Amino acid sequence: MSAPQTPRGRPAPRPATGAVPGGFAGQLLAFGEELRLEGVAVGTSALLDAVAALEAIEWTSQRDFRDALAATLPKRQDERRVFEVVFDRFFFRAAAAAALREDVHEQDGGAGADREGDGPDLDLEELRRQIAEAIQAQQEGQMRDLARLAIAAFGQRGQGSGVVGVDVQRIRRSLGLQAEPQTDLPPDDPRRDGIPRDGLRRFEALLRRELERAQIERNRSLPPSRPLNELDRALPSGPLQDLAAVHRVVAVLRRRLATQGMQARGHRHHAHVDVRRTMRASLQTGGVPVVLKYRPRRPRRPEIYVLCDVSTSVTSASVFFLSVLHALHDSFRKMRSFVFIERISEVTDIFATERNFRTVSERIGKDAGVADVSGYTDYGRVWSEFRALVEDDLHPRATVIVLGDARTNGRDPRADIFAGIAAKAGRTFWLNPEPRLYWNYGDSVIAAYERYCTAFECWTTRQLEDFVRALTQPGLAPPATR
Amino acid sequence: MPGLPDSALDVAAGLRRVGYLPGDSTALVAFLATRLGKPVLVEGPAGVGKTELAKALAAYLGRELVRLQCYEGLDEAKALYEWNYRKQLLRIQAEADGTGWDRVQDDIFGEEFLLPRPLMTAIASEEPVVLLIDEIDKTDQEFEAMLLEVLSDFQISIPELGRVDSRTHPVVLLTSNNSRELTEALKRRCLYLWLDYPSLEHELEIVRLHAPELPQAVALRLVEIIGMVRELDLKKPPSIAESIDWARTLLLLGVEEIDADVFTETLSVIVKHRTDLDIVTERVGLKLPRAEVLAGAAESDVRSPDA
Repeated sequence: MSAPQTPRGRPAPRPATGAVPGGFAGQLLAFGEELRLEGVAVGTSALLDAVAALEAIEWTSQRDFRDALAATLPKRQDERRVFEVVFDRFFFRAAAAAALREDVHEQDGGAGADREGDGPDLDLEELRRQIAEAIQAQQEGQMRDLARLAIAAFGQRGQGSGVVGVDVQRIRRSLGLQAEPQTDLPPDDPRRDGIPRDGLRRFEALLRRELERAQIERNRSLPPSRPLNELDRALPSGPLQDLAAVHRVVAVLRRRLATQGMQARGHRHHAHVDVRRTMRASLQTGGVPVVLKYRPRRPRRPEIYVLCDVSTSVTSASVFFLSVLHALHDSFRKMRSFVFIERISEVTDIFATERNFRTVSERIGKDAGVADVSGYTDYGRVWSEFRALVEDDLHPRATVIVLGDARTNGRDPRADIFAGIAAKAGRTFWLNPEPRLYWNYGDSVIAAYERYCTAFECWTTRQLEDFVRALTQPGLAPPATR
Repeated sequence: MPGLPDSALDVAAGLRRVGYLPGDSTALVAFLATRLGKPVLVEGPAGVGKTELAKALAAYLGRELVRLQCYEGLDEAKALYEWNYRKQLLRIQAEADGTGWDRVQDDIFGEEFLLPRPLMTAIASEEPVVLLIDEIDKTDQEFEAMLLEVLSDFQISIPELGRVDSRTHPVVLLTSNNSRELTEALKRRCLYLWLDYPSLEHELEIVRLHAPELPQAVALRLVEIIGMVRELDLKKPPSIAESIDWARTLLLLGVEEIDADVFTETLSVIVKHRTDLDIVTERVGLKLPRAEVLAGAAESDVRSPDA
């Protein structure tokens, strides 16, 4: 079997059905490789730690085994989530591949969506009850057995579509499992109050797993592995297709922003003598303070104002912009964020209280209150409101970043107000999610604003990187560079 | 003093003995930390027992806990060591006449003039210790970089004195509230443990451990309500410490059943923000039965202990 190609164009780590060389260590390396393909940065040292951790524990419980790997390989909460998914998938596939190699398969009926008519008659109503009870009692082992029974019963009725995802939903529906309360059922039915949502999800996962196992057994080969992207799929995609790539760039951005400004330190002298350190240094000259020590000054972080267009014309890009905003908030204490459509609304608080990017975007969508009457951006109004909000705070050390497409929908761009803002602020940047080709066509008035700020086209991650470079290279801190 | 544990189960049992109920992976990671000698980075929301874990681990292992509380602007002089320059100065003056410079110089940069700060204390201690570096995300990145030497090699370089190697191997815990992304270099050297709010049963157990006199039914109701409150979109969801506080408050008041009135009166124990108070009263308070309604239905509402 040839190595399946992942959609990202990189070859899959190993031919899935072949034995991995190097025994268990090889398996572990393959697992690490698979994690890397999903964007979890697994270093060699992490893999060494994993091996050391596995040596320290008993291998009798799958949970311990997984937790030991989880403690050493992923280093962030979101990586941990990816890890769980990849772990399940990897070891399931590894087990299935081994079963194929050794030619092990199930003797009697059971999980087999295509076996019609054979196997014991199942009382569907009783099965429904038991499954609902098992889910509510959260009994994993029982749920797995019942999932197999359900698939068998389902197969008997000959409704298998052959597509795993479709079958899972069909089985779930035919079992009458829902999260919502079903008041028409008798009061002693466990499904009456609705099934807990996570329980339901786990049961679906088990169904999927068993169906896949049956399919693999039927086809005698593993389907090509797909890179998981359900983490990203929840977010709308757009010109910036690969949000994972965006997140990577944003991570770089975050690091650069966090470390930049350090170079400026030490070059400038300032007046605060650190008495303690001077005394300490004077010891080397016999108590005479020859060398004056200055109190180290924290690099003065610039104040940043970010305005982000969230109107429909930039829907896809605004998700990306919001994630940039989110990253910026990690690095700057003095940062105020605004979103705008027709009017402007400050969202600094939302970013300050929420860590999770998805909740942030939900909350902004829900209660930012940008007075979205027409859904059309009104830049003129936005500028004047922005000026009213921050006029007194703007100073030459402030940086203003606007994220938007500069499409005014025929309204007055009021570049004069924008010019006023740009003049008061130290630096002004504009990130436009449209290719430069489309600038100033139709109702785009970017040229009117470009006179007062530095505009960047920003619709690929590479361009975002360019912007980050431009933003950080001269250093945001010293206003003197302007 | 117990030696190093043999299995994760030992750790779990030991932590229980000292009054800390660990989750499964918590015990396992703590065990791995003692085994592999690697620092553990503990992340999670505020108030899920990150700092407590370190204290419990110290109590269980019979070790001293050395704590370094991080804050913005924390520097080497406060974390590693400092020269006791007053003493050095005195020494210079006392021996000003007649002593050769070389001798004085040798003298004043000896261990006698070193003021050890937490990291130094942990490294140089004769007995193995548990080192807790609390809220590492509050410091700046330079400090993190400085920690790398300590965390990976357990040594500190002092220019005047040379290298101080650790005599014993400390168990190191770093906690972070995730208010800032930590550097890859630091993370790479650590085991990772994510502590989340405990499950209902787990929290019930914790509350029962800390307030054993509280009736089971009330305790169950309490953790259920806490769970509901945490679901809400709050500035600061109640921590485990606050559920314990609440349990003790209810115990003090001799409450038999949590009804809407009791809830509103004692709400300030678990919710500490003006806006949060409003949200919780509105969303959770109204769902609770009122006292007079309850009087009639008291029997039916009391749950069995194993429910």
